[in-house]
Amino acid sequence: MKTLAAESASKQGTGRIVNDFSIQVGTVNGSGSQSSNNVLMRSIFQMGIPVSGKNLFPSNIAGLPTWFTIRVSKDGYIARKREIDILVAMNPQTAHDDVKSLQPGAVCISPAEMKLDLVRSDVKHYQVPFGDLAARATDQIKLRKLLTNMIYVGVVGQLLEIDQAEIETAIRKQFEGKVKVIDLNLNAVKIGRDWAKESLKKEDPYYVEKMDKTAGKIIIDGNAAAAIGCMFAGASVVTWYPITPSSSLCETLIDYLKQYRIDKKTGKASFAVIQAEDELAAVGMALGAGWAGARSMTSTSGPGISLMAEFVGYGYFTEIPTVIFDIQRVGPSTGMPTRTSQADLLPAYFLSHGDTKHITLLPGSVEECYEMAGAAFDLADRFQTPVFVLSDLDLGMNNWMADQFTYPEKPFDRGKVLTAEQIEKIGKFERYRDVDGDGICYRTLPGTNHPLAAYFTRGSGHNEKAGYTERPEDYLNLMDRLNKKFDTARSYVPKPAVDRNPTAKIGIVAFGSSHFAVEESRDQLRDEEKVATSYLRLRALPFSDELRKFVETHDRVYVVEQNRDAQLRDLIRLEMPDLAMKLMSVKHYNGLPIDARFVTDAILEQERKA
Amino acid sequence: MVDSVTATKGTAGPTPATNRIGLTLADYKGSPSTLCDGCGHDAITSQIIKAFFELGVEPHMVAKLSGIGCSSKTPAYFLNRAHGFNSTHGRMPSIATGVGMANSQLIQIGVSGDGDSASIGMGQLVHILRRNIPMVYVVENNGVYGLTKGQFSATADLGSKLKSGVMNDLPPIDLCGLAVELGCAFVARSFAGDPKQLVSLLKAAISHKGTAFLDVISPCVTFNNHDGSTKSYKYAKEAETPLHEIGYVPFFEQIAVDYEPGSVTEVKMHDGSHVFLKKLHGDYDPTDRLNAHTTIFKANQDKQFLTGLLYIDEKKPDFTSQLNLTDQPLALLKEDSLRPPKEALDEIMQSLM
Ligand SMILES: Cc1ncc(C[n+]2csc(CCOP(=O)(O)OP(=O)(O)O)c2C)c(N)n1
Ligand code: SF4
Ligand SMILES: [Mg+2]
Repeated sequence: MKTLAAESASKQGTGRIVNDFSIQVGTVNGSGSQSSNNVLMRSIFQMGIPVSGKNLFPSNIAGLPTWFTIRVSKDGYIARKREIDILVAMNPQTAHDDVKSLQPGAVCISPAEMKLDLVRSDVKHYQVPFGDLAARATDQIKLRKLLTNMIYVGVVGQLLEIDQAEIETAIRKQFEGKVKVIDLNLNAVKIGRDWAKESLKKEDPYYVEKMDKTAGKIIIDGNAAAAIGCMFAGASVVTWYPITPSSSLCETLIDYLKQYRIDKKTGKASFAVIQAEDELAAVGMALGAGWAGARSMTSTSGPGISLMAEFVGYGYFTEIPTVIFDIQRVGPSTGMPTRTSQADLLPAYFLSHGDTKHITLLPGSVEECYEMAGAAFDLADRFQTPVFVLSDLDLGMNNWMADQFTYPEKPFDRGKVLTAEQIEKIGKFERYRDVDGDGICYRTLPGTNHPLAAYFTRGSGHNEKAGYTERPEDYLNLMDRLNKKFDTARSYVPKPAVDRNPTAKIGIVAFGSSHFAVEESRDQLRDEEKVATSYLRLRALPFSDELRKFVETHDRVYVVEQNRDAQLRDLIRLEMPDLAMKLMSVKHYNGLPIDARFVTDAILEQERKA
Repeated sequence: MVDSVTATKGTAGPTPATNRIGLTLADYKGSPSTLCDGCGHDAITSQIIKAFFELGVEPHMVAKLSGIGCSSKTPAYFLNRAHGFNSTHGRMPSIATGVGMANSQLIQIGVSGDGDSASIGMGQLVHILRRNIPMVYVVENNGVYGLTKGQFSATADLGSKLKSGVMNDLPPIDLCGLAVELGCAFVARSFAGDPKQLVSLLKAAISHKGTAFLDVISPCVTFNNHDGSTKSYKYAKEAETPLHEIGYVPFFEQIAVDYEPGSVTEVKMHDGSHVFLKKLHGDYDPTDRLNAHTTIFKANQDKQFLTGLLYIDEKKPDFTSQLNLTDQPLALLKEDSLRPPKEALDEIMQSLM
């Protein structure tokens, strides 16, 4: 199959494919290739060309295969692209398989001694004496491996015509301030570039050319974006237990908090971070802090969510605000810790025994990781309940190009908290009475100096005065009010993003990191097959009216998600049984990020049958 | 005699009707207990009420926490004017940790059981002790799971018998030994049937900055008070061997010292209160950690029920102080101190371009 890019190039009849291809670097993890790949990606980005990067890494510290893919797309597509156009095959363990998986006509850059030309003759090989070049770059044997990575940056730079000045800028940024390291790396790039200039004859169509599509844009991963969001949302008690792919959220947050939330004059911190003994303790600490009035949060992934179950139900039932990030990875059980998934949707939404359900935010971009982190704290305080933010490994750990984040305009919403003065004025306080009729009650914080302020929080049955009860009517009253509160939340959570095409008979519903693949797939469906689609991107649970309207107004609605059991499709069916038959499913769950071609193919296949 | 070390006012005469902040004992009470008549836990509750009353602690500045069990119900039975948090089984320490971070001005008291702390909650207990979160941590230890009707807990002594005659054939976990091992800087053991000692220890614990750990033998009259039990009133009364007599003089009272030189060890608490330990049988230095270890170990070997202040270190830094938090509790900080200015975001964005 021809790629879109190849097609448009041949249409132009230039034989050149400009700013529209993907590069994959196959290496061994722990070999230090991450910096080189970042430099490569950044230098293209600095040339004004849209890029995205995906790191496919093993759950291991060193010695197992790793692939880094850079997608260069003049049209701004940033989802994964299935076809690899340029392979840099540095890992002898996987080189044979890697080269075999290429399309005919693709490019393969590899160490000469691997003799990959013997494996495939229908791809364009550039064979490089990396060992010799590395020896030229340094006499220190230990450094050679590292510098080899920069040599391929030079070779790729020469072949694609990446500005040398941009590569240099990217290196300076990557190794900020470390003069010696910068010089060493710059030299290695130059050795690679000079060698390629003299020894290689360019025989492939791939080029980069300056554009102006990245001015003012940033490159960031979703976890860092969420961390920034948390800091500006005023997170003050942060608890966590390390787990891939969530750790970098708290680690980045800690860095930012140290930089921006310690008073320069007094040296005092407006935050406490605790690395807990496990996720159960982490969420317990977050709940304790939320109960006492702090903006508290924790971040984890599937196994941590399972451990948190009892406490999250406690938080729901006793109405304590906190924010829980779930950066989803493949399950069940340990699953594949470094692969992406959206299979925690239902487990998180319904986490814990008894009748429980939780406000769940579904960021679909790094911008939304930032914004929804902020929204989550407001919602937790407003609704006095644990709020989930469901990101995933693809969104959380991969590099995405994005617009700059905007400074929050809205002040914090700290919800219904009564002070001693207010209680004095009202003359009465009952923790679980629905005074306003929206299902949300008033709370007080420990330390409130009023004889009526205290109440007793318990996970057992409680009445409006927070007293122990086993009376059926008290229980009904409480559970129905919690439901009412949840209904109130429907109009507070982020609304779905809807792109309605009036001519479209079919609709697509997706959430989270599937978004970019769906956007690109819609273009494919339109341009290649003349199939018009509408698109609703769900941004939160519980559902609001928009979703029902969307399903009602289309013949068929494809729910695209990254799990085996069609969790979102089934949840929609559960809430809208009358529309169940309209709901079709596109499921991608092999652990790799979803790509546009997969969505397009899956929809077309079902459309043919429809 | 404890009376030889007293304050000039207060404990010497009859208890006054109001304390130093003008509240009565009733202001420190909770809802009526729903535990079995005679349950050791209720006896401990009474001393908790008394300790807070006599110290004149502002009740609204107390947070009372617990896990799950008969013992964990008791925070409902004291200090109605304090916020309460009856959490999940074995997880009170994590709640206390979060509360402590959010508002370090609160005085936290947590009540747990031997099942709650020594089995399901062991992980969290170990880690709160290791962190030294400021709080009073009381284990009401009856050797059984009261609330689930009398199964053995992990603190039941080897060879002790259930009512049904079933014998415990696993060795007990000694929570005080564990606490000393983990560096807890206030470790005490007491008995629900020794109110005088208990109330002094509780007051000292409230004065302590850091985790103050009290393992209080608290007989379950319904499931573990029979012959053959080593956690019954009868057994504990007979076996109790106090290390010392304990006197406590709060910082706001004057000390009238009246004891023979060398007969009393004095410990100055960080809030200015004093604990006086009057020797009973030979010397015991509660600031000697190694000796505390040996003493606990030896008592267990000799099947002795030692009570008193086993170990204290008033200098150990607590977790919250180490974090160098703002003077105002994090929970009360407003947007102006929690949200960095726009320039901060601009700077971050610049670094990502
Ligand atoms: C997760 C969980 N498992 C089991 C229980 C049942 N349960 C309630 S109380 C209890 C034991 C309490 O024993 P202890 O802490 O010694 O308290 P006591 O009743 O003896 O004072 C158990 C096992 C529970 N509430 N939660
Ligand atoms: S069952 Fe035992 S522990 Fe529980 S209330 Fe009764 S006597 Fe106390
Ligand atoms: Mg017990």
